[in-house]
Amino acid sequence: MNHHLPWYWRAGSWLLALLLFTPVISLVVEALVPAGELFDHLWRTVLPTYIINSVLLILGVGLLGAMLAIPAAWVMANTDIPGKAQLQWLLVLPLAMPSYVIAYIYTDLLEFAGPVQRLLRAITGWESAADYAFPEIRSLGGAIIILALVLYPYLYLLSRTAFLEQSRSQILASRLLGCSPLQSFFRITLPMARPAIITGLALMGMEALGDFATVSYFSVPTLTTAVYDTWLGYGNLSAAAKISAMMLLVVMLLISTEKYSRRRQQLYQKNTGQEQREFVQLSGWRKWLALGWCWLLVTLGFLLPSLILVDYLITHFSTSWNSELFEYSLNSLMVSGSAAVVACFIALFLGVYQRLKSNTLAKIPARLVSTGYALPGNVLAIGVLIPLTLSDNVINELLITWNQAPVGLIFSGSVITLVFAYVVRFSAVAVGSVESSLGKVSPSLDMASRTLGCNPQEMVRRIHIPLIRKGLLAGLLLVFIESMKELPATLLLRPFNFETLATRVFQYVSDEQLEYAAPAALVLVLVGLVPLIMLNRSLERQELRQEQK
Amino acid sequence: MKKRLSLISAFALSSVLFLAQAASALAAEEVNIYSYRQPFLIEPMLEDFEKQTGVKVNVVFAKKGLEERIEREGKFSPADVVLTSDMISLFDLMDRKLVQPVNSKTINDNTPIHLRDPNNQWFALTLRVRNIYSSKRSDKPVDINYEDLASAQYKGKICTRSGKHPYNIGLVASMIAHKGEAETKKWLEGVKKNLARRPQGNDRAQVKAIKEGVCDVSLGNSYYFGKMLENKDQKAWADAVYINFPNQKNFGSHVNISGMVMAKYAPHKDNALKLMEYLSSEKAQTIYARDNMEYPVNPKVSVSGTVASWGKFKADPLPISDIAANRIKAQRLLDEVKFDL
Repeated sequence: MNHHLPWYWRAGSWLLALLLFTPVISLVVEALVPAGELFDHLWRTVLPTYIINSVLLILGVGLLGAMLAIPAAWVMANTDIPGKAQLQWLLVLPLAMPSYVIAYIYTDLLEFAGPVQRLLRAITGWESAADYAFPEIRSLGGAIIILALVLYPYLYLLSRTAFLEQSRSQILASRLLGCSPLQSFFRITLPMARPAIITGLALMGMEALGDFATVSYFSVPTLTTAVYDTWLGYGNLSAAAKISAMMLLVVMLLISTEKYSRRRQQLYQKNTGQEQREFVQLSGWRKWLALGWCWLLVTLGFLLPSLILVDYLITHFSTSWNSELFEYSLNSLMVSGSAAVVACFIALFLGVYQRLKSNTLAKIPARLVSTGYALPGNVLAIGVLIPLTLSDNVINELLITWNQAPVGLIFSGSVITLVFAYVVRFSAVAVGSVESSLGKVSPSLDMASRTLGCNPQEMVRRIHIPLIRKGLLAGLLLVFIESMKELPATLLLRPFNFETLATRVFQYVSDEQLEYAAPAALVLVLVGLVPLIMLNRSLERQELRQEQK
Repeated sequence: MKKRLSLISAFALSSVLFLAQAASALAAEEVNIYSYRQPFLIEPMLEDFEKQTGVKVNVVFAKKGLEERIEREGKFSPADVVLTSDMISLFDLMDRKLVQPVNSKTINDNTPIHLRDPNNQWFALTLRVRNIYSSKRSDKPVDINYEDLASAQYKGKICTRSGKHPYNIGLVASMIAHKGEAETKKWLEGVKKNLARRPQGNDRAQVKAIKEGVCDVSLGNSYYFGKMLENKDQKAWADAVYINFPNQKNFGSHVNISGMVMAKYAPHKDNALKLMEYLSSEKAQTIYARDNMEYPVNPKVSVSGTVASWGKFKADPLPISDIAANRIKAQRLLDEVKFDL
């Protein structure tokens, strides 16, 4: 259905989209500049390995993530195992762990000098590394495990919501028609949750592709590393941009897989209003398996690393405590908070635009905005620098022509760059969240509201926003957490004397002495916890409402 | 809902104020540094400089990409002085023409002629030797050379950080300068064959690996040895190795530099000059030598006691610019032999 939106809505949507697309465009333009024969050289030597590693990383993280998240999500949505109230939110917490922190901690734990191998040697009497084979944590496999551990909550959150929103009547019907519980899971539950699952997998895939900190800590060369090396090592931006363009292609592919997977699906929430939410009763080994699985995830992804951080804090308190911690925290909070608010505003604006103008053209702005997610932080940094420094230079030149004093780098030299970079990088998360919530609002509501005399703005305010509040909040919180943890772009783009929790922590991680930044790392994790718990609360309330129905 | 909205708008307002305040934080008497050198190292000097001159120092710290940032910022770049931790980025800045000559008798008096640019564009601040560390499980090797790392006796016994790290690129570039590309490539292939594990971690991590028995020799900069001896958690690693100065019987040990340049469009030239003169002064050089165990360039400053105990050594006399000229070739060779893969 096509609604008449005020002109500024369309203009604003396109303007915002193009603004956020400038970094990508800048890179594409750079990619078109001939790179000399360096690109061929890379292609002949290292690039194939980089590509293979990136593909394996995405597939591995996706597969392992799905194995971790989907069972946990199903258990949380459909059973009432003991401690569910706590597990429900504990399972989300690994999202608050920056991957570079957890990578460091597990390396410390599992490497040769770490407690695990020490214990092993003490028991077996082995002496040196030559005596036995222990899987190397600093490897592609290690990176897959670490990334899956911190990224699975995306999939968990999305699929849990999907499982919760499923009407029980279909499952009951399938059971009546003779399906076993397992059969009805694979034939009804899973296919109905497919859009959410694929969205979750696509998010994880993009995060894995864009990861820089973990793979560089583990010395696993991927496309992200390749871009970095080509740009900064060889000083060849255009070859680097060509590699980034390849990565963009991969992400477009991921995004379109997600869209394609639900091309013929129009699922609207249809609650009969008379359903009783019934939990599957688990008993015996099933119960213990479910419990064990969920607690394993929580322990490996959050509890254990947090405990180790606390241990670092206690052991190294005197040398690591720093009175500037408050300042770093405030910096992190403000920049990430601003980015989250801006990203959600944009997501809402574009989401509504594409819903109300149901032609293909109107879908473009939201897609343009989402491409930024494809850019690894370090690539994004180049992409952001190009348009911002350009506009700064134009402004200053103009001022000089008009005999005014130049104002300096008002965009690229200030925190505005960071906010812009985070919004470009993470608004896809907000857009996705808003889109999927809006998608579930039946169009009949739009029609009804219009029939009852609402204009489009009123409809958005009175129908859409209240209905998608949860999705909006989820987007806000996720963008916030991601921005808090963001590293490579922050490192390169930050203004003078500006330190965030993430930059502080990474400085010590890269020096292999995270122990001395334990307070900052803990604050980083704790600050991430608050929004996560809020996010989960809002999901729980929805569950409660469904139960009450 | 209302409450949440007003909360969000209150937050938005405070962020705007915060952003505005952060943008105007830069004061009048100041100097702006873009630094590759780590905060904990240069902060003591900068504080001392501030106290001495009353000039406020602003710093952006980064690990990579500052050249690109300065280039993009163009003539409105706020950068006054760039501090680098190796010759690679120093010469990248030169090649991109992002620097300007500094004519200061003070700096020239403080810095030997072979450690600064003939056109006064770059100045070394400290020297760092690329040493070979060897396990104490064997005897201290006599006259070990970089070339030996490719020989069969070290098969499966070598550890190193990424070949693409500027310190290793510097070493490979110097090998190219001495032996030509073809021979250096053969050497790199040999070293790669001898690696005990895929290149990973930093220079200290390699020494740790020697202690653990993962390997017997590693490449590492000189000051790490001193820093590890000082660190209670890492002393045991350092105690497990000898520090060796390679190639003493031929061209000498490869020496990298940390350095400084004045940015081409430096908005605070006078203060930048003051800062650069300060960094070459005895006072700052003493801090470099004492706190980070590097070799100071200022001949009036002596090395720390620990560093002195390693003895004198012959440094590669090749001009730094001749070595740095090979840095792209070095990277290509490292890719060709797939050193890190």
